Amino acid sequence: MTQATLDERLVRRSLPRRLLARPELGSVVGAVAVFLFFSFVADSFLQPSSLGTVLYASSTIGIMAVPVALLMIGGEFDLSAGVMVTTSALFSSMFSYQMTANVWVGVGVSLLVTLAIGFFNGFVLTRTRLPSFIITLGTFLMLTGLNLGCTKLISGTVATKSISDMQGFDSARAVFASHLTIGSVDLQVTIVWWLALVAVATWVLLRTRAGNWVFAVGGGADAARAVGVPVARTKIGLYMAVALCAWISGQHLLLSFDVVQSGEGVGNELLYIIAAVIGGCLMTGGYGSAIGSAVGAFIFGMTSKGIVYAQWNPDWFKFFLGAMLLLATLLNHWVRKRAEAST
Amino acid sequence: MTPLVELEGISKFYGNIKALEGVCLDVRAGEITCVLGDNGAGKSTLIKIVAGLHQHDGGSYRIEGEEVRLGSPREALDRGIATVYQDLAVVPLMPVWRNFFLGSEPRKGRGPLRRLDVRTMRETTRAELLRMGIDLRDVDQPIGTLSGGERQCVAIARAVYFGAKALVLDEPTAALGVKQSGVVLKYLAAARDAGLGVVLITHNPHHAHLVGDRFVLLKRGTMAGSHTKAEITLEELTRQMAGGSELEQLSHELSRPDGLRSPDRA
Repeated sequence: MTQATLDERLVRRSLPRRLLARPELGSVVGAVAVFLFFSFVADSFLQPSSLGTVLYASSTIGIMAVPVALLMIGGEFDLSAGVMVTTSALFSSMFSYQMTANVWVGVGVSLLVTLAIGFFNGFVLTRTRLPSFIITLGTFLMLTGLNLGCTKLISGTVATKSISDMQGFDSARAVFASHLTIGSVDLQVTIVWWLALVAVATWVLLRTRAGNWVFAVGGGADAARAVGVPVARTKIGLYMAVALCAWISGQHLLLSFDVVQSGEGVGNELLYIIAAVIGGCLMTGGYGSAIGSAVGAFIFGMTSKGIVYAQWNPDWFKFFLGAMLLLATLLNHWVRKRAEAST
Repeated sequence: MTPLVELEGISKFYGNIKALEGVCLDVRAGEITCVLGDNGAGKSTLIKIVAGLHQHDGGSYRIEGEEVRLGSPREALDRGIATVYQDLAVVPLMPVWRNFFLGSEPRKGRGPLRRLDVRTMRETTRAELLRMGIDLRDVDQPIGTLSGGERQCVAIARAVYFGAKALVLDEPTAALGVKQSGVVLKYLAAARDAGLGVVLITHNPHHAHLVGDRFVLLKRGTMAGSHTKAEITLEELTRQMAGGSELEQLSHELSRPDGLRSPDRA
């Protein structure tokens, strides 16, 4: 505060100070560190073709990390997010196959079903006021069981039947699972989805009334209710945003591999939460950013692929992820303490 | 003149527990009505009914002469009744300007591009707080970094700005030091002079007598007294508030036998 000169109210904090107060700062520092680390230990990490691979890995987690981060800012968790992706993919595949309908019909119906699951999560949460951990753990287990049970019942195996020869498959694939080659860099369409979602979520969070409400219900639900914020509606909306992104993710899963394994997705919900936390979201709600979740997902992508490029045993991946989570959380904590002390 | 808010014979039950029974309250424009009572006297229940968080089970609640039954805090706000709560007035992690407009954010643009009018929000917050004498360096700082008194004042300024006709304050001075309490009481007086009807919930008779025009005393969910300022002195208010004869008995119980009066003398 050296420039306190004329009017105290006009003093702007210096640029580094303002950057320090951003929730995603810790994750950006972490991302740079991870990038430098793998640049040194893995020769092929800096090749342009690796960039496409890293970004693809980041985007598959990142698409879900965005709404999960928003939900966390709103003070809740969704443990069913990982298997919901699989449910969404299974539903569109089996619906189209069984009804011998255009793939787009299955994709459309799947959207409604997935949104309904999200609505269910939010509705039960706001009605019962039980912790979201319990409610979504219940949905997580139920969906896991339904995925396996229904797929075996309908297809006879644990995977769905191929739908690649059905009508509408190619156009649906163009939307959800195409890729674009620029020079030697192969870019998947999920990267576009991811960046678009980050942009929209950031805008909504910082510049709309809904975004203001998200911060408020996470940072102080009672205070928010008392000034007229519709707390239940906001939380249900957040769960439906998670469902919407689970649908996008699920359609990508289906259309890029043509068949879906019914046991997939278990454990991914934690990766989304990790990306959001590394990106600066507070576990207790009320603080965080969508951009941070993207940086968190990028760290995830760099680590998972960097280990491959460094030709290490991929068994180490989880160790790195855990260490990263701890470090990022400590760094975030420290940064926030400093930022708050200096205001 | 019709009172802004008029409660008559209000009752509220939680299961088989009588939280309030037969309570009357008048709030007039340009006056401060104080509700006094000990812990558990029913003060909080009373303001929750006024604020629309709870509904009354008996009696009548009139706003500007019209019988109402409020379903939500939003309805109360729409009718011009703003409530400032002791602990849940603001969201601590959010910047001051976001808190100031929370729940009633001004917007610009149309369709999907409808967005917060951030500039107006910041400028209005700064101007309104300055008008109340709070000189903020940065409206972007989290409101949790302000002092308790300043936070109360932000909440009051917010209510006044949004055109509240009646302002209900739940123990605004309870957690504050002497000086900060003085600041808050000054703003209450300012709101009163601006023509608002103010309800001050407190268990501090000194604060109440300083600014109040009418006093309602609650005891175990019922009315223990209703006075105008002309009718009651601070001493009498304090005595009634503290339970009168109960306090005398307490002083008797706490008095030491003569021989043990001062341990250091032994």
